[in-house]
Amino acid sequence: MATAPIQSDGAPATRGIRSRRAFLRASAIAGGGLLLHAVLPAAARAALTAPSADTATLNAFVRIAPDGIVTIIAKNPEIGQGVKTMLPMLIAEELDVDWDHVRIEQAMLDAAHYGAQVAGGSMATPLNWDPLRRVGAAGRQMLIAAAAETWGVPDSECRTAGGTVYHDPSGQSAGYGALAAKAARLPVPDLKSVTLKDISDFKIIGRSIRGVDTPAIVTGQPLFGIDVTVPGMLYAVFQKCPVFGGKVVRANTDAIKSLPGVRDAFVVKGGDAANGLVDGVAIVAESWWAAEKARRKLEVAWDEGPGATQSSAGFAAGAAALGREAPAKSLRRDGDAKMALANAAHVVEAAYSYPFLPHLTLEPQNCTAEVRDGKAELWAPTQNPGPGARIVAATLGITESDVTVHMTRCGGGFGRRLSSDFMAEAASIAKTVGAPVKLLWNRQDDMRHDFYRPAGFHFFKGGLDAGGKLVAFTDHFVTFGHGDRVADSASMDPGEFPAGLVEHVDYGLSMLPLSVPTGALRAPRSNAFAFAFQSFIDELAHAAGEDPLAFRLALLGSETRLLPSAVDPKNPLRAFNTGRMHGVLQLVAEKSNWGKAELPKGTGMGVAFYFSHLGYFAEVVRASVAPSGSVKLDKVWIAADAGSQIINPINAENQVQGAALDGIGAALGQAITIERGRVVQANFDGVPLLRIDQAPPVEVHFLTTDHQPTGLGEPALPPAIPALCNAIFAATGKRIRKLPIDPAELKWS
Amino acid sequence: MTTYRISVNGATRTVDVDEDMPLLWVLRDVLDLKGSKFGCGAGLCGACTVHLDGEPVRSCSTPISSVGTAAVTTIEGIGATPVGKRVQAAWLDVDVPQCGYCQAGQIMSAAALLAKTPRPADKDIDEAMAGNVCRCCTYPRIRTAIKKAAGQNTANAGAL
Repeated sequence: MATAPIQSDGAPATRGIRSRRAFLRASAIAGGGLLLHAVLPAAARAALTAPSADTATLNAFVRIAPDGIVTIIAKNPEIGQGVKTMLPMLIAEELDVDWDHVRIEQAMLDAAHYGAQVAGGSMATPLNWDPLRRVGAAGRQMLIAAAAETWGVPDSECRTAGGTVYHDPSGQSAGYGALAAKAARLPVPDLKSVTLKDISDFKIIGRSIRGVDTPAIVTGQPLFGIDVTVPGMLYAVFQKCPVFGGKVVRANTDAIKSLPGVRDAFVVKGGDAANGLVDGVAIVAESWWAAEKARRKLEVAWDEGPGATQSSAGFAAGAAALGREAPAKSLRRDGDAKMALANAAHVVEAAYSYPFLPHLTLEPQNCTAEVRDGKAELWAPTQNPGPGARIVAATLGITESDVTVHMTRCGGGFGRRLSSDFMAEAASIAKTVGAPVKLLWNRQDDMRHDFYRPAGFHFFKGGLDAGGKLVAFTDHFVTFGHGDRVADSASMDPGEFPAGLVEHVDYGLSMLPLSVPTGALRAPRSNAFAFAFQSFIDELAHAAGEDPLAFRLALLGSETRLLPSAVDPKNPLRAFNTGRMHGVLQLVAEKSNWGKAELPKGTGMGVAFYFSHLGYFAEVVRASVAPSGSVKLDKVWIAADAGSQIINPINAENQVQGAALDGIGAALGQAITIERGRVVQANFDGVPLLRIDQAPPVEVHFLTTDHQPTGLGEPALPPAIPALCNAIFAATGKRIRKLPIDPAELKWS
Repeated sequence: MTTYRISVNGATRTVDVDEDMPLLWVLRDVLDLKGSKFGCGAGLCGACTVHLDGEPVRSCSTPISSVGTAAVTTIEGIGATPVGKRVQAAWLDVDVPQCGYCQAGQIMSAAALLAKTPRPADKDIDEAMAGNVCRCCTYPRIRTAIKKAAGQNTANAGAL
């Protein structure tokens, strides 16, 4: 097997590190069982120090060298959300070391030691906030015990600071480097019983720590999946049917094989699951360019299958027809919405829709694979290495334990790399050619073979009483699915706001059949529902003759209520806390000078809020619409409640700004259109990404509250879109009910 | 296959490749300079930006046959110029990157801007940088870092 080419410092990883990891894995199976399998049993740990005599391994996350340099393992995939820095900060804080003495190493896939290793759901913070601090605290306790034993003093008389244990009564001190080997042989504390620092003693958590890979990024060092080099490696492209689910009938592979630089070309027969190996034609060459160039001569006869009849226009027509009927399935019924609407003083009715969206990670999907002697080794920019290994094993017909996955840095994730199709393809092609292969998709492959944010259609009705109070709210959601199964990321939470705060609510859904693969796009479901619901709430506020922000505050009420999640009713963090949302809404009103600013004609401010990924976000957008209809954002204000502690403020602000701008970029022009079962768009000219001249300043304010810290990769995105659309309404009187925003419909004079 | 002698980051390199091979793939897969990135293959995203005689170009759409004697500078070599070094230092200080994939291209465009316009206005930044997309939308920080590298006040970058 080839050596691992990439570490956080850009230097080649050695065979020694890999073989020691393999030993760690075996040890854990022999005696694991502690929380997160973080701490190894004593016998295994003693042996562990043998391969590298000068470095003591305290547990699966921490190694300490004699010079006091502490290596902390970053367990999760890094997709730009900053976990490679943030998660080790949690350990380093409680271990009580200087950050300058910390080196970070990316973990490989190793669930036995690290538990779930996934970048998804903005869950790294809530899932690791407590356990990883305990890992650090346990290490600190073992180092104290080692010092106390050496000096013959009680543990309780020792303290730590900056990677040193002190015994003040005798004036003795020892660095962690000198104590580590002894500490590694001591009993392992129960992680549940270790003492954690008081928040006021934090030295690393809460401090702005720059990304550990930033120096390598700004100097162009190899870090990403696309940068992987394995000795003897060949390069591959993989052509799939433009229609989802299509099969290869025949291809001119003999002609392709004779082209310059081409080593092999062959038909790959796949299965029916999009998240796996599907039919296609592989071209393997001495350089990626040679393979890509050869593809221009590739001729494939496809059996396009039944998917070829589907189109975006057909979906819209089908949704409009379903929207006139009663929903096929009820999701929630509170009170009697039909009667309440009949008796309402004012009824507002509106249809909202949004398109399929691609992920467009700037690094196209790629994977390097080597398959030999029934074992597979992969280097993959993946958000989800565990399922990736399972899919690779199933594709190759080998056992999962024979699949080794190196997680490279990812050039963006956004949910795309939760799927593992590219890993299955690379493994299959590498097995066929019998050499390491780097598979790289071009942009067209990437845009046309995604797991798209599903399009959706909402048919709303809202009823106001004579006093302008919202008394009835109904939504007929037309989405995609088959039989009883809603398509991936196309479902609706029956607890969707304002359910629980309005007396009469009726939510139901109907489904259209779909051959297009769908999946999670950053803030899945929320990125669409926030637009539809928070825009329609805005319509209701205007119909009630109320200020949109005051209308929302009134809906939330002044008393805090906890509305349990409909999908996870026992989890208090998942419950919607009206008071927390009230708080951020008031904060954003204050910071944006809501309702007080004098605005020129064509300029407006819009507000929206959304609770997703355990975070409470209220946002205000100020936008100007030119007479030509072109939209310019002047500024965005964000108030966020993500709990009691912002772990790494410099990254937190970046994540929140980026997420909001990401949503705005999608709203301003992005859509995937399906015609004859295939994606029309092929590159960034067809799906425009936000550019710097469109990006406004984004002011971020964190409201700290007495709740567990939660994640920031996603929850700022959803409310940015309706805040923008509501600002456009304030500027022009024109309501955006369909995304993306069409400037041609916003002209004024 | 044709033999080309090109100047890359101050060194003469000889490559034996097809004349239509884009400079990006010569840099990445022949010369093992992985810093310049592939994003779109069509000059639409700017991830592959390098300098030819100081001018920013999209190396994914620049055939090797068109490079000639022009001095090629990549992200691996830009730190040897005073402007490039300042830009990299500002990027580090502001901690611009999220995923980081586009940042080599961003830095190359920013260095070319500052070499010609040492104290750019926002409009200059918009014009010079609009060809470089950042999928993570780190644009507020890119703007701040350019101003910092130019020695300008960045305190009110977010004010309306």
